[in-house]
Amino acid sequence: MMGRLFPWVLGAMIVLFLAMPQLFAPLLRPFASNPDQVIYDRASLMALTSAHLLLVAMGIVPAALLAIVMAAFVSRPGGADFLPLSRVIVNIGQTVPPVAVLALTVPMLGFGTWPTVCALFLYGLLPIFENALAGFSTLPQSVVTSARAMGMTSAQIFWRVELPLAAPLVLDGLRLALVIALSTATIGSTVAARSLGEVIIAGLTVNNQAYLLQGGVLTAALALVLHAALQGLTNRMRRKTGRPLA
Amino acid sequence: MIEIKGLSKIYNGERVVDHADMQLETGTITVIVGTSGSGKSTLLRMINRLIDADEGTVLIDGQDTRDMGLDALRRRIGYVIQDHGLFPHWTVARNVATVPKLLGWSAPDIKARVREMLETFQLDPDRYGPRFPHELSGGQAQRVGVARALAARPDMLLMDEPFGALDPVIRAQAQDELRTVQKQFGATVLMVTHDMAEALSLGDKIAVMNAGKIVQIGPPEEIVTRPANPFVRSLIAATDRPFRRLALIGLEDHIVSGTAQGPAIAPDASLADALSQMIWSGRDALPVVDAQTAPDAPAHKIITLRDVLRLGQAQ
Ligand SMILES: Nc1ncnc2c1ncn2[C@@H]1O[C@H](COP(=O)(O)OP(=O)(O)OP(=O)(O)O)[C@@H](O)[C@H]1O
Ligand SMILES: [Mg+2]
Repeated sequence: MMGRLFPWVLGAMIVLFLAMPQLFAPLLRPFASNPDQVIYDRASLMALTSAHLLLVAMGIVPAALLAIVMAAFVSRPGGADFLPLSRVIVNIGQTVPPVAVLALTVPMLGFGTWPTVCALFLYGLLPIFENALAGFSTLPQSVVTSARAMGMTSAQIFWRVELPLAAPLVLDGLRLALVIALSTATIGSTVAARSLGEVIIAGLTVNNQAYLLQGGVLTAALALVLHAALQGLTNRMRRKTGRPLA
Repeated sequence: MIEIKGLSKIYNGERVVDHADMQLETGTITVIVGTSGSGKSTLLRMINRLIDADEGTVLIDGQDTRDMGLDALRRRIGYVIQDHGLFPHWTVARNVATVPKLLGWSAPDIKARVREMLETFQLDPDRYGPRFPHELSGGQAQRVGVARALAARPDMLLMDEPFGALDPVIRAQAQDELRTVQKQFGATVLMVTHDMAEALSLGDKIAVMNAGKIVQIGPPEEIVTRPANPFVRSLIAATDRPFRRLALIGLEDHIVSGTAQGPAIAPDASLADALSQMIWSGRDALPVVDAQTAPDAPAHKIITLRDVLRLGQAQ
């Protein structure tokens, strides 16, 4: 019961904090270096959080699309030849650390949002791809054959049978990628992307622990809530089809 | 009519189906029997082109299946896959509705048809319709698989061991239903089974396959009385296994209390004796009476057909 309630409580706390940060000032005051600088106020926390989430979405949505399409393609008979190539692509994305991606892309893309989006995109490919691949390549063969035998077109089979059956695993990958991206997005602020990293960096530069806590805890809380929400969704799907919960 | 001419499939240089020839008259049931791996499923799947034949042709009413649209061809041929293949993320009702939906039937028509099909196969639509396949027993799932294949009133039906997981009683019922439904809309059925008894009771014609070849095809009487070779003979011989098994079991351990009419059987008789008496006199239970009891005393110890069928089942 506590486990079920926890994400909702945490979600409500986040909303409350973003709407009325001053309410939490007494909690943070002991950590502040300067009693006038308890709640970060160079930008609204609400706006920063939105920008942070937008940044994550801009990186992960295209990564998910590409990774899922690649996984769906290489897991069918005609696409198997492209599996090694796809693996190379997603592994490169994973082995180059996001900081290095920032360093490499800033000269080309300039400061701001785009280098970070690029880093998040590359970093998200691998977990989504590998999980989606597992999902698409372990579909029960008799079910897919039945779908063909009943005269579904390839598109109908994909949308009505293959994708729904692979969905729990696809979402597992997406969940991993999102959680990683939520924390990784903070480093975007080193190259002037708007994110909650800005609060953390401000905390570091003026040596204000209260700022550090706000930025850090807020980011972590967002990750936890998103994780729990997606986990709940996939568990519901799994329960419906009678497959074991992860 | 479905004509299969010189159909072959080659996997890794091996002919798993080897020049199969067969004619399926419209409105008849043809049953393929054969050992595991003899190519039965492969032959079946070449008819609705789930597998492309390497040689030979399939004609439906004179038209080559390769000249027909793939999806249209498959929507008019019902197919029951060996392990039911129900969509695990759809309810039983939605599964049965699959092909009618693809064909664009109206919602009320689909709903009525789903109810009708579930009822036909002894599944209460209100109880089982909303369930998911994982909430069914193996036998129930198989019946749903058959109901799904028949839902759009296909004029041809390919069934790959559709009743394998059913107990003898339900299996006999399902066979009856299949025959009724098949007669109703005159479907041409090609069915695969491992069970010679099922083949003999359902088939207008039986085709025996061995190592990719059709070694004999003909009406059941011909298969039984004139097996073409020792292989077919051995398949026939295997059919009376349950009788041999029943002959080894004495009935005294399986007496239950109840009443039954007619001549009694002695407690030292075998289950095979009991079964043959039941068949001969058309009863589903026999009184069991030993020598000491007066022959006209009311009988309270009986042996039932249901128990005999259960005990004769393969374990
Ligand atoms: N895709 C495939 N690739 C290679 N060999 C195959 C393939 N499909 C089937 N086979 C082989 O073809 C032979 C016939 O298979 P098939 O499934 O038609 O047998 P079956 O008669 O239906 O057997 P069962 O009664 O066990 O279902 C088998 O030896 C099998 O191993
Ligand atoms: Mg088979």
